[in-house]
Amino acid sequence: MQKTYSYPEFAYRQSEEQRLGRVKRHPVVIVGAGPIGLTAALECASRGIPAVLLDDNNTVSIGSRAVCYAKRALEIWDRLGVGEAMVRKGVSWQVGKVFFRDDLVYQFDLLPEQGHKMPAMINLQQYYLEEFLVEACGKSGLVDLRWKHKLISLSQEADHAKLTLETPDGIFQLEADWVIACDGANSDTRKMVGAGFTGQFFQDRFLIADVVMKADFPTERWFWFDPPFHRGQSVLLHRQCDNVWRIDFQLGWEADPVEEKKPEKVIPRIRAMLGQGVEFELEWVSVYQFACRRIDRFRYERVLFAGDAAHQVSPFGARGANTGVQDVDNLVWKLKLVLDGQAPATLLDSYDEERAFAADDNLLNSTRSTDFITPKSRGSRVLRDAALQLAQEGAFARKLVNSGRLSTPTPYVHSSLNTPDETSFAGAMVPGTNCADAPVKRRGERLWFLNQLPAGFALLVFAPEAPATEVRLGDIRAQVVCVGRDFSDAEGLLAQRYDGQPGTVYLLRPDRHVAARWRSFDPVRIRAALARACNLKEQA
Amino acid sequence: MTLRLEPNIPDPDGFYEELIGMQRDLDDEQAALFQARLLLVLANHIGDRAVLTQALQAARRAGATQQKI
Repeated sequence: MQKTYSYPEFAYRQSEEQRLGRVKRHPVVIVGAGPIGLTAALECASRGIPAVLLDDNNTVSIGSRAVCYAKRALEIWDRLGVGEAMVRKGVSWQVGKVFFRDDLVYQFDLLPEQGHKMPAMINLQQYYLEEFLVEACGKSGLVDLRWKHKLISLSQEADHAKLTLETPDGIFQLEADWVIACDGANSDTRKMVGAGFTGQFFQDRFLIADVVMKADFPTERWFWFDPPFHRGQSVLLHRQCDNVWRIDFQLGWEADPVEEKKPEKVIPRIRAMLGQGVEFELEWVSVYQFACRRIDRFRYERVLFAGDAAHQVSPFGARGANTGVQDVDNLVWKLKLVLDGQAPATLLDSYDEERAFAADDNLLNSTRSTDFITPKSRGSRVLRDAALQLAQEGAFARKLVNSGRLSTPTPYVHSSLNTPDETSFAGAMVPGTNCADAPVKRRGERLWFLNQLPAGFALLVFAPEAPATEVRLGDIRAQVVCVGRDFSDAEGLLAQRYDGQPGTVYLLRPDRHVAARWRSFDPVRIRAALARACNLKEQA
Repeated sequence: MTLRLEPNIPDPDGFYEELIGMQRDLDDEQAALFQARLLLVLANHIGDRAVLTQALQAARRAGATQQKI
């Protein structure tokens, strides 16, 4: 059906361990090679962990599915070396329009803050994203990507998990020190450990259609409430690359998903929306119902859940893949310290603490958007329509109109890994917050701050020199990076965003979150903060 | 700030007349929308989140007592 894309078919290979019938122990086994599993494998490779990545299929995502990738996820992919290619291929949009019935209610410009390498968001079909990730996994040399490997059972031992897999060559077993389950909203792994997955189901169905436009159409996001061509429901239109447009029709609960997917049903809907003159071809269609729910614990002994396997959100606000990538970003540096014996396994409980907190925040935002878009009672529909009517004239009411909020990262403000501030700082970079980017210069070359940070812990020092090149706690190192020596603060934005008065020191985690900060370089305090960030008792 | 529940409108009868008059020619749906718009305009004017929560609770409480009677 797809006209702009042909699916690669990845080769199944029998593993040596299956051929020899020898049970092998792996440090990390990842279940599910979707965007999150692939990112997890790349993240492991970037930290020197060999990873076995299993997928029961042998191609990328069928249909485009996830579309929007926000800045924070792009920054993580950039750290893994694939962000720039994604941005080049993807489409950026800035103008959004909101319609109510026959009228344009208002339009807005995202006007993203300047001085960041990555855009506020891009739209890109999920299959392209996965292709970039598969290619990078192949190049990493540390990812063992095994297609057509289906997990059929899992059991937990004291210090590892046993996995039974089915391949075209039959059934075999392998062992893993740690398992990262990225097998999606219907995760079998989740069922195998008996985890709870609860929340709210929305009694509504949506039709997603990807269409190829024959003529030019503006690169904008259009959202309709109760449009004349689709009365009583909502419709979303936005652009992906290759001139493919995503259209999202709210169908209501009574709609028959099989019937609605038929081209003879879909095409007239799209024609009514685009107008008679606009030529298009149907690329891909799907009908879905969504839920907002999350797993009760992100960690079940040796099994760690990430992405949709751990939390499922409504599609409004692009929170699915974006949060999943941040799960992986949070998890893998911790896993590396634990695997190397540098931190206790309890450090992994902070993964649950921090990412469950973020998941709840995402669920809250996602539920709020859903309640606005699909009101559950006459009373809430009247309030929504009133807000839309007011929005045409009153700027205040536009703030109430919620057609999905841009996904932004949730700072881990209450995390047990943070060291609280002892003095006051201005700005947003409180402990637990992800590092803001800024333009910097090195030997006259314009570069970006986030690209200057080391893979592990960093000590960002706002001074041309520091008393040490690193601070060590056992084998854990925090490498010093000096502003004014290693690079210069090209536009003063770094100092502005971090309140970087001369002498200020930030301890940054390997996932580029602020762990602690001070107004001077004190190795004793730094070691204590490092110990705290690794869940360690400080060693002398 | 706390929510003011003591009389605060100088001309209560005149205000009430104007409020009713404003929706006299509206059908039920239009009147409901009018009231919702009015509510949002006033809420924005007040702006104070704590006061708004108190107002929401006060409105809800009054209805609950009446339902019991």
